[in-house]
Amino acid sequence: MAGGQREKFDNPVVEWVDSRLPVFTLMQKEYGVFPTPRNFNYFWNFGAIAMFMLVTMIVTGITLAMQYTADTTLAFNSVEGIMRDVNYGWLIRYIHMNGASFFFIAVYIHIFRGMYYGSYKQPRELLWILGVVIFLLMMATAFMGYVLPWGQMSYWGATVITNLFSAIPLVGDDIVTLLWGGFSVDNPTLKRFFALHYLLPFVIFAVVFLHVWALHVTGSNNPTGVEPKGKQDTLPFHPYYTMKDTFGLIVFVIIYAAFVFFMPNALGHPDNYIPADPLVTPAHIVPEWYFLPFYAILRAITFDIGIPFTDIALIEAKLGGVIAMFGAIVLLLIMPWLDTHPVRSARYRPWYKKALLVFVFGVVVLGYAGSQPADKVYWQTCIGSEAACSASDDHHGVATDTAHTGDDHAKPEKAPMVLKFDNTMLAQIFTIYYYVFFLVILPLLSRKEKALPIPKSLHEAVLAKAKASAAK
Amino acid sequence: MKNSILSILVVACAVIGSVQVASAAGDAKTPRQMDWSFSGPFGTYDKAALQRGFLVFKSVCASCHSLDLIAFRNLEALGYEEGQIKNIAAEYTVMDGPNDEGDMFERPARPSDYFPSPFANTAAAKYANNGAYPPDLSLITKARKDGANYVYSLLTGYKDAPEYVQLMSGQHYNPYMAGGVIAMAAPLSDDQVAYEDETPTTADQYAKDVVQFLNWAAEPEMEARKRMGVKVLFFLSIFALVMYGVKRKIWHDVH
Ligand code: HEC
Ligand code: HEM
Repeated sequence: MAGGQREKFDNPVVEWVDSRLPVFTLMQKEYGVFPTPRNFNYFWNFGAIAMFMLVTMIVTGITLAMQYTADTTLAFNSVEGIMRDVNYGWLIRYIHMNGASFFFIAVYIHIFRGMYYGSYKQPRELLWILGVVIFLLMMATAFMGYVLPWGQMSYWGATVITNLFSAIPLVGDDIVTLLWGGFSVDNPTLKRFFALHYLLPFVIFAVVFLHVWALHVTGSNNPTGVEPKGKQDTLPFHPYYTMKDTFGLIVFVIIYAAFVFFMPNALGHPDNYIPADPLVTPAHIVPEWYFLPFYAILRAITFDIGIPFTDIALIEAKLGGVIAMFGAIVLLLIMPWLDTHPVRSARYRPWYKKALLVFVFGVVVLGYAGSQPADKVYWQTCIGSEAACSASDDHHGVATDTAHTGDDHAKPEKAPMVLKFDNTMLAQIFTIYYYVFFLVILPLLSRKEKALPIPKSLHEAVLAKAKASAAK
Repeated sequence: MKNSILSILVVACAVIGSVQVASAAGDAKTPRQMDWSFSGPFGTYDKAALQRGFLVFKSVCASCHSLDLIAFRNLEALGYEEGQIKNIAAEYTVMDGPNDEGDMFERPARPSDYFPSPFANTAAAKYANNGAYPPDLSLITKARKDGANYVYSLLTGYKDAPEYVQLMSGQHYNPYMAGGVIAMAAPLSDDQVAYEDETPTTADQYAKDVVQFLNWAAEPEMEARKRMGVKVLFFLSIFALVMYGVKRKIWHDVH
């Protein structure tokens, strides 16, 4: 990285260190004068924001670990001890708890930025892949962290998600036993999850280092997707972007702080304030919000995939769901090879832009679908006799479960046709779009889409914009 | 510019959309929305209500429900003096030991002791309550959606069961409970607990006061948290304005 020629520093202490280990030269080169495109918009803040969140999570996490006890009989109360008896323990815990959500918000926006402006394209493929690796590691870390307070959702979420691995042919059951450290989610599970939850953020840190290193080799992309061609296209990172990033970061932290101090539990699930009980299953087991789109994809596969017209199932529904869910992330990973259109930025790709915005909408809908019970009915109508219809329509009102036990509705002779639209179908539609976007639309647009004229240089783009706003 | 605004909107929708993850409890009635002194960013607890609520808790609810996370010393936050707390604690006996001879013994509780549970264990609690377990109330307002309003609505929402609901013995109808059926009989009735001040001794008032108390038990840090939050947000807003100025100035010659 740094090496070769070195300029002298005026401060003798700095100079003494730098001539032996050129850290100051490195910082100066990578963060001081580093040439950065001059036309970033605020979407370019979220990398720095994600970095801030990672550090925040590590600092608050280590402080929490000083008081936390990873044992099923003590974990819940040790967390409440932090909330009640440790000085400012509530502050540390709420920062960490909401920090996970805001880390994901930052990274989701960061990923969207990359998709919108084509930052994943040549020569930044590896940079992008390292980003997706970070994202995967974050999901693993957050999942295991959520188990630690040992509330009802901790326990049941862990049970549902670890059970998924049993769908893997041949080795599935062994993997699950290994994850559990036994034959159900129990004390060994909690202990190993704690150990891994402590470890993984440092692995993330290492991958972020590689990610930023790769960034500093290729340089940043920018909203036009046009590479900077010379000095007139760039600005030194400091002070221009250090100050802009600080401003953006503070605005982000204001929203984050509003949650920490005024609605610390708004993003969580109330059931996690009930101690874990293996004998009581919650009415709806829902993961944390940032997993919901993937959870919806998982649940969308409700059918076996087999050889047509036979009963032979090649892929059972459960395995199908797991494949669809992990496949959704693999698609992100190989995105640079699915979209090979020469123009980067969606600004100059009207069709790609529309398809991408629909994709974002689809992911939000999937998130909603993931939060709702699978059998929730949004719309239904009956074709057939009145009586037949009302028989299948007893979902409403309070306590109907008890009310109708023992009621023997006479089976109508001809089964009524019930047309309905339920949550599973909603999830299926947008799961299909998720896959179609990557596997059909991206390759198709790569070949067919005619881009709008792109500016010859960043300088020109900036000047044109300045003129346009001056004319107004 | 238009483009980035559009995309920001989409992303904002994404974020808000996910925040609105309604936990669909399904068939329970939405709790009545009350105007609590502790709601809102500047909300604080009403100490007199806390003390009354504590009285209701200890004379009514405590015969079935535990309050494991609260020690007598914590009652200082309700405005009690040290001496008063000692007296309150001394009303209870706790098991201690072993002493020098190796025997367990009973003694009056001290401020450092935690609230004793009414039952020796879960099984005993269930046995005494028709098989239903009266949950610990230390975190109840955080452990239910819209907790304070929910507990209040539950306590005041008992009704005669509609025709289509068949109750078994020991069951009661309450539309706010998920499923409509609850194993707890309406615990509050008018003039059940004597208040020392002029506050009306109605079931409704008891419910309000005990909810105030339970919300404190669940979030004893709430006042300190909100106070600090106001300062933090004030500081950050000023900081943001300053940084905006700095950024504008630095970028002035670039645009
Ligand atoms: C006679 C014993 C008894 C008394 C007194 C009592 N409860 Fe209960 N309570 C129960 C039982 C039993 C349950 C479990 C009900 C069930 O699961 O159906 C319960 C459940 C509850 C619940 C949980 C409902 C839910 O959403 O699961 C709350 C809240 C509650 N009680 C509050 C109170 C308050 C506040 C008081 C005092 C004003 C009180 N209880 C007095 C026996 C009692
Ligand atoms: C722990 C999480 C992450 C941290 C701390 C982080 C940090 C950063 C930083 C500081 C930058 C430079 C500033 C910027 O361009 O915004 C950056 C750039 C980048 N990141 Fe990340 N990142 C994280 C996760 C991800 C993920 C999950 C992805 C994609 C899946 C990703 C993809 C990229 C890309 C493509 C760039 C270059 C973008 C460009 O210059 O246009 N990052 N990252």
